Amino acid sequence: MPNFIVDFFKYDFLIRALLVGLTVSLSASLLGVSLVLKRYSMIGDGLSHVGFGSLAIATALGASPMIVTLPVVILAAFLLLRISESGKIRGDAAIAMISTGSMAAGVLFISVTSGVNTDIYNYMFGSILSMSESDVVLSLILSAIVLTLYSLFYHKIFAVTFDENFARATGVNAGAYNSLLAVLSAVTIVLGMRIMGALLISSLIIFPALTAMRLMKSFRSVTLTAAIISGLCFLIGLFSSYALALPTGATIVCVNILAFILFSAISFLKSNLTGKSVKQQP
Amino acid sequence: MKSSLIRCEDLSFGYDARRVVGDLNFSINQGDYLAIVGENGSGKTTLLKGLLNLIKPLSGQVIMGQGLEYKNIGYLPQQSQVQRGFPASVKEVVLSGCLNRTAFIPRYSKQDRRRAKNQMERMGILKLSQSSYRDLSGGQQQRVLLARALCAADRMMIMDEPASGLDPLVSHELYALIRELNKEDNMTIIIVSHDIHCVLRDASHVLHLKGEQLFYGSREDYIDSEYSHYLLAGHTECVVAEN
Repeated sequence: MPNFIVDFFKYDFLIRALLVGLTVSLSASLLGVSLVLKRYSMIGDGLSHVGFGSLAIATALGASPMIVTLPVVILAAFLLLRISESGKIRGDAAIAMISTGSMAAGVLFISVTSGVNTDIYNYMFGSILSMSESDVVLSLILSAIVLTLYSLFYHKIFAVTFDENFARATGVNAGAYNSLLAVLSAVTIVLGMRIMGALLISSLIIFPALTAMRLMKSFRSVTLTAAIISGLCFLIGLFSSYALALPTGATIVCVNILAFILFSAISFLKSNLTGKSVKQQP
Repeated sequence: MKSSLIRCEDLSFGYDARRVVGDLNFSINQGDYLAIVGENGSGKTTLLKGLLNLIKPLSGQVIMGQGLEYKNIGYLPQQSQVQRGFPASVKEVVLSGCLNRTAFIPRYSKQDRRRAKNQMERMGILKLSQSSYRDLSGGQQQRVLLARALCAADRMMIMDEPASGLDPLVSHELYALIRELNKEDNMTIIIVSHDIHCVLRDASHVLHLKGEQLFYGSREDYIDSEYSHYLLAGHTECVVAEN
C-alpha cells in the first residue's frame, strides 16, 4: 500500500471525512438517478444554496450548524417541490430565486456579524476539517436512514420516476414519494455540504446518475452503477486531493467529470462499432 | 335498474375552479367500448383524468358499481407524456404495473412476475424483456405501456390517444389488440381517439364532448346523428394537424 494512504489513516479528521463522504456519496447517487430523470436536478443545487445561507446564519449566531440547517433545508425542499408542481411560477425560475436569495442572505449575515472570509470560503467550497465527532455520528445515522428508506421503497420510487400519472392512477401516493425524495435529498445535501461545499455538493447528485446512464440499460443497473461510480470517485478524489494537496471538493468533482467523459467515450465507441445508434429516434 | 360499472351524474371537471368540461351524464357497463371524441380542448383528457381520480370533480360524482375498484383499472397515457429516453428495461416497466397489488413496502411476488411475463408474451414483447425502453420504436414502447396497464387492470382500460405518433400500420395493430381485449377478455375500454376507424368500427358507444356532453349513445345512433359529421368531415383536418 502506498505510504501516503498509510499516513492518511493517522489523521482522525481524514477518517471522519472518509466515513461521512462515502455514505453521503452513496445516498446522493441513488437519489440523483430519480432527481435527474424527474428533471429535478436544479432542486439539488437550489437546496445547497439554501444550506449555505442557513449555515452562515447558524455559525454567526453560534448555534450548531447541522441542527439549524437540516430543518431549514427540508422546509425549502418542500417549498421548491410545491412551487414546481403548482406551475404558477416556473420551477426553474423559483429555484433560481430561492437559491440566490438565501445565498445573499448568508453573505450579508456573515459580513455584518463576523466578517471572516475563510468561513465563507469553506462554506462555498467545502473543507474536510469541518466534521466534528458528533457531526460524524449524526451523518452516519442519517445516511443509514436515507439508504434504508430508498431500498425499501425502491419499486415505488421507480414507478413515480418513470410515469407519475400512471403511478397515481393505480393508487401509488405519488405526492408522498415526491416528498420523500425531497426530504432525503435535503438531508443528503446538508450532510455532504460541509465537505463538498455549497457550490459543489449538487455535483454528487447529478454526475454519477448521468455517467451511469451513458451505458446502463435498466433502472436497477443505472442505480447500482451510479452508487459504485460515486463511491469510487469520492475515494479517488479524497486520496488524490490529500496526496497532491488539492482542495477536496473540487478534486472529487473533477474525478466525476473524468468518469463521465470515460463513460461517454465508451458509449460513443460502442454505438459506432456495433453500427447502430444507442437511442433510436422516434 | 342494474347498477353500472361507472355512472356519472351532473359531473364537471376543471382546474382551479375553471370548468373545462361539465354536464356529463352517462354510464358504462362491463364489456362496453366507449370512444370519447371531440376537438382539441373539448375536455377529453380532463375527463379521463377525472375518471382515473387524478383530479377531483368540481361538481357531481363518479359512481362505481359492480364491485369496480381503482385497482381494477389500467391506464395507457398519451405516449408523449412518458419519457422516451428513460433508462429502464422492458421488464421493469411492465412489472411496475403490478405495484397496485403489492403491500405498503413493495416487493414483487412470483405471481406478479408470472403475470408480467404473460402480458409481455401476449403483447409480443417477451424477447425484448431485457431491452432498454429507450431503445425501442414508438410502436414497441406503446406495447410495453399496454402490457404494464394490463398488469394493473383486469376489468377496465382507460386510454388517451394510444395511437398518436404511431405510423398507420402500427396504430392499426394497436387497435386490433385493443379490439381483442374488448371482445375476448370482456375488458371494458374507454378511449380518447381521433381515429375514425376505432370509433366507427370498434366502439360500442360514443361520447362527443365540447366543453359539455354533446352526444352520448350507441355507435349506431351516433352515426345517424348530426354530430358524427365531426368525425367524417373533421378527420382530414386532424390528420393534417397531427403532421
